[in-house]
Amino acid sequence: MLVLNNIEVIYDGVILVLKGVSIEANEGRITTVLGANGAGKTTTLKAISGVLRTERGDVTRGSIEFKGQRIDRLRPHEVVKLGIVQVFEGRRVFANLTAEENLIAGGHIVSSTAKMRENMEKVYTYFPRIAERRHVIAGYLSGGEQQMLAVGRALMSDPNMILLDEPSLGLAPMIVEEIFGIVQRLRAQENVTFLIVEQNATLALEFADFGYVMENGAVVLQGPAEELRGNADIKEFYLGMSGDEKRSFRDVKHYRRRKRWLG
Amino acid sequence: MDGDFQFLFELVTNGILTGLMYSLVAVGFVLIYKSTDAINFAQGEFCMIAAIVVAGLLQLYDLPLIVALAGGLAFMLIFNWGLERVVLRPMIGRPIVAIIMATIGLALMFRGLGPLVFGAETQPINLPIPDDPVIWGPFFLIPIDMLGAGISLAFLAAFGWFFMKSRKGVAMRAVADSHQVSMAMGINVERYFALAWMLAGVVALLGGVVWGNAIGVDTQLAQLGLKVFPVVILGGLDSIIGVIVGGIIVGVVEALAAGYLDPIVGGGTKDFTPYVLMIIVLMIRPYGIFGKPIIERI
Ligand SMILES: Nc1ncnc2c1ncn2[C@@H]1O[C@H](COP(=O)(O)OP(=O)(O)O)[C@@H](O)[C@H]1O
Ligand SMILES: [Mg+2]
Repeated sequence: MLVLNNIEVIYDGVILVLKGVSIEANEGRITTVLGANGAGKTTTLKAISGVLRTERGDVTRGSIEFKGQRIDRLRPHEVVKLGIVQVFEGRRVFANLTAEENLIAGGHIVSSTAKMRENMEKVYTYFPRIAERRHVIAGYLSGGEQQMLAVGRALMSDPNMILLDEPSLGLAPMIVEEIFGIVQRLRAQENVTFLIVEQNATLALEFADFGYVMENGAVVLQGPAEELRGNADIKEFYLGMSGDEKRSFRDVKHYRRRKRWLG
Repeated sequence: MDGDFQFLFELVTNGILTGLMYSLVAVGFVLIYKSTDAINFAQGEFCMIAAIVVAGLLQLYDLPLIVALAGGLAFMLIFNWGLERVVLRPMIGRPIVAIIMATIGLALMFRGLGPLVFGAETQPINLPIPDDPVIWGPFFLIPIDMLGAGISLAFLAAFGWFFMKSRKGVAMRAVADSHQVSMAMGINVERYFALAWMLAGVVALLGGVVWGNAIGVDTQLAQLGLKVFPVVILGGLDSIIGVIVGGIIVGVVEALAAGYLDPIVGGGTKDFTPYVLMIIVLMIRPYGIFGKPIIERI
């Protein structure tokens, strides 16, 4: 459904951040992109949604296709109209608007107000907590509620695909489980395809079908989620299960070698 | 009624009416601030330009008032649309300070160009209303002030509804909250910027005509921008109700200063007391009386 073809992204005309990234997200699947801070995960999502240009970033090579159509030259609101919506890292709710107004803004491209209201009711059934807090100024919601609102707001545009950037960031494990549970229900009941960026690999691989690992602006590893769960490198560097020995420089070098070989 | 009290009463009612006319100009700032997060220092100049155009159409072409107003409206819509396109849109994404500086540049440019293009003498805009005050019970009212206050209240109510209740208004507030996130939600942010500037042009026309009728049309009219600044600050840059209350406070304070302080010190206090009040309020509540504190929470 979504195909990133060897894309290169440059910020400010000189800072090369993505060095040929190829990622595919299939319809009705949950695809995850893992990687440490600064790997280029957020940049990848922004390249898809088209907001990259507001940060003076540009896709300078490769292509992004959605349902067979090239989207890397589209403006963000055109991308939303095609059915892709991004949920930003750190929630980014409209802090001065109420929860409900956040949803109304999220449903901006739905021209019929009746349909927009219908979508809102749907969001409220998935997120009853937001329904309860609908008249609260979003800036005063808890982190978990804000994350739910951010996902609900994205749902308002009737998307085929949601790009989720680190939904677990800074949230209590219970809330995170709840949010990922809703993601699974949305995939099953609303047929929404997900591309989820995470640093928490254990969590992401538990819910995802397919995964990519990024490092330094490139994909260094990819495979079905269950395969990645069993992968020694992933275990060591992202799942934090390296056994008793402490990570040493030698291990890192071994990882680098292996990475080069894989890449 | 006691004479002293009668005097106070008169000062206060006229202060309220004048204040509402300030609110009408001040709402122009709020429109731009709400959508672009910038303060448009050229709002007073917009009023001047609108008034010059209307006065020109009335004087030079001898058009009926309603046609001149329609012409002024069309001019302001196109003028502000063009301004947004040519000057402000390329600045999207730059620091807010840069945009504010650009509006100051525009303000000074317009103030210089206005008389050059349209001549320096004061032109009248005569609205078909009597000059004689209306005496109505204890009220001693000036018709133009009543009209100005009435227009002001009607449009402020309309803008209030637009921002708080309509979907477009919500989208506009979302744009003010975050350009990037709004875009990612499918909102065509640039179109809302254009809309905000055009609305600011409409408000400038209303303010320019009402004030032009009251004090005549020349570059003095551009002073309105600075004049209503205390209104905007008192009310908070993002609140329509705040603008109404801020306008009333400034109008009343001015009237009281003119009525009680000026005779003692020989005049002039009326012109600066609102700024004194503004500074005091800024010290106590930096976001104005009605403005929201910026919510910072992660
Ligand atoms: N707007 C920007 N301008 C310049 N460099 C940026 C910008 N955004 C991100 N970067 C750089 O790109 C790299 C990848 O960032 P990012 O995509 O945010 O990584 P991740 O989401 O994986 O943590 C980092 O080195 C970061 O400093
Ligand atoms: Mg990131």
